[in-house]
Amino acid sequence: MADLSSNFLGIKSPNPFWLASAPPTDKEVNVIRALEAGWGGVVWKTVGEDPPVVNVHGPRYAALLGTDRRVIGFNNIELISDRPLGANLAEMARVKQRFPDRAIIASVMVPCTEQAWKNILPQVEDTGCDGIELNFGCPHGMSERGMGSAVGQVPEYIQMVTEWCKQYSRLPIIVKLTPNITDIRMPARAAKAGGADAVSLINTINSIMSVDLEKMAIYPNTAGAGSHGGYCGYAVKPIALNMVAEIARDPETAGLPISGIGGITTWRDAAEFMTLGAGTVQVCTAAMVYGFKIIEDLCDGLSNFMDSKGYQNLDQLVGKAVPTVKNWNQLNLNYAEKAVINQDLCIKCGRCHIVCEDTSHQAIFATKNGERHFEINEAECVGCNLCVSVCPVADCITMRTLQAGEIDQRTGHQVTGEYANWTTHPNNPGASCS
Amino acid sequence: MLASLQNGICSERLALSAYQENFADAHPPLTATQAQIEAERCYYCYAAPCQTACPTGIDIPSFIARIAQGNPRGAAAKILEENVLGGMCARVCPTEVLCEQACVRNTNEDKPVEIGLLQRFATDDFFANPQPPLFIRAADTGKKIAVVGSGPAGLSCAHRLACLGHQVTIFEARAKLGGLNEYGLAAYKTPNNFAQQEIEWLLSIGGIAVKTNTRLGQDIFFTDLVSTYDAVFLGLGLSGVNALGISEPETLGLRNAVEFISDLRQAEDLSQLPVGRKVVVIGGGMTAIDAAVQSRKLGAEEVTIVYRRGQEGMSASDYEQEWAKNNGVTIRHWAAPLELLTSEDGQLTGIRFAYTQLEEGRLKQLSESFELAADMVLRAIGQNFDSNHGVEGLAMQSGKILTDENGKTNVAKVWAGGDCRFGGKDLTVEGVQHGKLSALDIHRSLSQAA
Repeated sequence: MADLSSNFLGIKSPNPFWLASAPPTDKEVNVIRALEAGWGGVVWKTVGEDPPVVNVHGPRYAALLGTDRRVIGFNNIELISDRPLGANLAEMARVKQRFPDRAIIASVMVPCTEQAWKNILPQVEDTGCDGIELNFGCPHGMSERGMGSAVGQVPEYIQMVTEWCKQYSRLPIIVKLTPNITDIRMPARAAKAGGADAVSLINTINSIMSVDLEKMAIYPNTAGAGSHGGYCGYAVKPIALNMVAEIARDPETAGLPISGIGGITTWRDAAEFMTLGAGTVQVCTAAMVYGFKIIEDLCDGLSNFMDSKGYQNLDQLVGKAVPTVKNWNQLNLNYAEKAVINQDLCIKCGRCHIVCEDTSHQAIFATKNGERHFEINEAECVGCNLCVSVCPVADCITMRTLQAGEIDQRTGHQVTGEYANWTTHPNNPGASCS
Repeated sequence: MLASLQNGICSERLALSAYQENFADAHPPLTATQAQIEAERCYYCYAAPCQTACPTGIDIPSFIARIAQGNPRGAAAKILEENVLGGMCARVCPTEVLCEQACVRNTNEDKPVEIGLLQRFATDDFFANPQPPLFIRAADTGKKIAVVGSGPAGLSCAHRLACLGHQVTIFEARAKLGGLNEYGLAAYKTPNNFAQQEIEWLLSIGGIAVKTNTRLGQDIFFTDLVSTYDAVFLGLGLSGVNALGISEPETLGLRNAVEFISDLRQAEDLSQLPVGRKVVVIGGGMTAIDAAVQSRKLGAEEVTIVYRRGQEGMSASDYEQEWAKNNGVTIRHWAAPLELLTSEDGQLTGIRFAYTQLEEGRLKQLSESFELAADMVLRAIGQNFDSNHGVEGLAMQSGKILTDENGKTNVAKVWAGGDCRFGGKDLTVEGVQHGKLSALDIHRSLSQAA
């Protein structure tokens, strides 16, 4: 059976699934429930200076719902812990003592002054926790006060604070990054330059969940007025995957450990983050939607997947797919695929036809001999994958690779089987001779 | 003795409370939550097979999407613009052989989207609050059109013509409008006087005058209508009932299923309706099913449908046959009535059937026979066109009016639709489509003439 134990920056946990710094890790009672359920570790909800912050006394969360009221996306306007620092630290210490084999990470956010960090870090370290995560990501509320994403959006601040933390703490420092930037590599590089042991990402994305059209006010709101929240949950996973991969493949940050966060709901999501470079993964929304028991399914699924593919430990999985992430100009323009509809599986809903006809390449026939029948017209198919994406039946439409020597019916060109990308393409005014 | 065990034909076989329970909505409507979940199952197919399968061509994916999007009024509009009796059709359409049979969800799940129930959800929601009006009448054209018969075809035709600005007069032989919607169909399919509620809404468009208790061939005459009106639409239905083809003695126990059903629909107090202890219904269509099941629900102890051909030949859908069986009705195939058995005092006691079989494609009665005890026998072997209407000059085929695809007959200015039109399947929804197509054709014809 695959070994799911994790060693991230020397911090050991029985599995790579940590609960992210968020409401599920705000109190001892929640954290104990999580650890008893089997979570590998927790990043304790962000602590700050006393007096503690105050939250709104009304809706903090809202969801983007899909079919059958499944939560697709989620947002929140909750601030960092609204409990006294001492209470959090005492609980943290007790939990670490009770669960020495689990990763207990303290998330910390204080104002951007050296003294503030110098004051808090030793107190946090005294709890016996395994590491510190710097919350440079929270995009709402705290950012208005010059903390959270207000720091994470300025690489110079990231580097400066990270340096202070490395100076005043012996613990591993994980810098949590905000996605509310233009290029994730810049803050990651700054964290590394400041001496960070790892980065974690993504924090939440600025968002307004919806507008209540009856009350003509944004939703959720507090006494009729609302503020943007932080968006998370399954819907942000593709954004997070890209940012994780960008850091993993950036020569300046390659090898910097990453704790992956962003919409992880199933073992498959976790495995994907790990293959793109995440050493551990952090989960919040899925737990807030289904409870802590999902850890059993996450571990079981990951373990069975690894067994089926022959991966014995997490190290064999982490970063495995990173080499496949390239700049567009490195993609092989001589390569071609065509869609194929499996007629035995086709239920004849016609969605592939109408979307191809209306919005793409008019490459799917709707009839054959006067009968309703959906079939690819290879003379028009550009291999765009739209039909695959909209088909309601799994594996009904697949993509076929044109083999070397085959004629692409659309272009009339023979597939050469040779690699050639945009950098050498005749249409590229800046092409170099290959 | 329990009333239910009394031989012969009598009322009050059941406890009073049982009637209300037995004749309540047979297929209760979806709740809002159920409708939402079900609507989200729709794939929004291209050139949707369900829409093609609907005789009135309702844009089903759109109306379902509108339910899912919290726009039930828009959903009702989509339904009613193609099928003005979409509320009744949601209750009585054999969806399992129409739209739902075509649903692509059948392929993998064997469970179509519940289109009929969703249509009911949307139309119920609309009729609960039908304001502002969905349909606005066009400017008056000054054309006068007679619609004879107010069943689904006549109502549909009248509404569409009124919409287009014509002045319509509906002539109805019976006291109430609705045809089979009011006098046919099982009561549990359309409880709470829905038929009249729907008609009241339909007439609210304006421009439709109504003359009830006015029978063609008796109170009004075909040639007069043709000469008086700019166009005539005949939605006469089939008011004659086919005979069994055997000697039919005058006995209290022998009745037409359509009349039994009609009495039931019009009854103020169901407990006062007489029904036999042992009932035999002869026929294989929806009327046979409705009569048989309602006999059971009135307290008949044994109800048997006897059909002269096999199960596959019955025009009642599999679903309806299943419904009958689940309600304790026995269905026997391959038997034809031979003789009605009566006691010395003329009471019906049973009926003798000959076994039948197919021989070289022809149905043949065998010499072997069997008897079923019965104190009530209901004829449900089809209806026929009433020759007393006096529609001389109309081309007929197989006893029904011959028309083109729009319902136009061989007589100038005369259209026909619904069950009296040759070539149909005798479905409510088909009648609606006939009426709609004829109205559009009449409109085209009158517009060209002008």
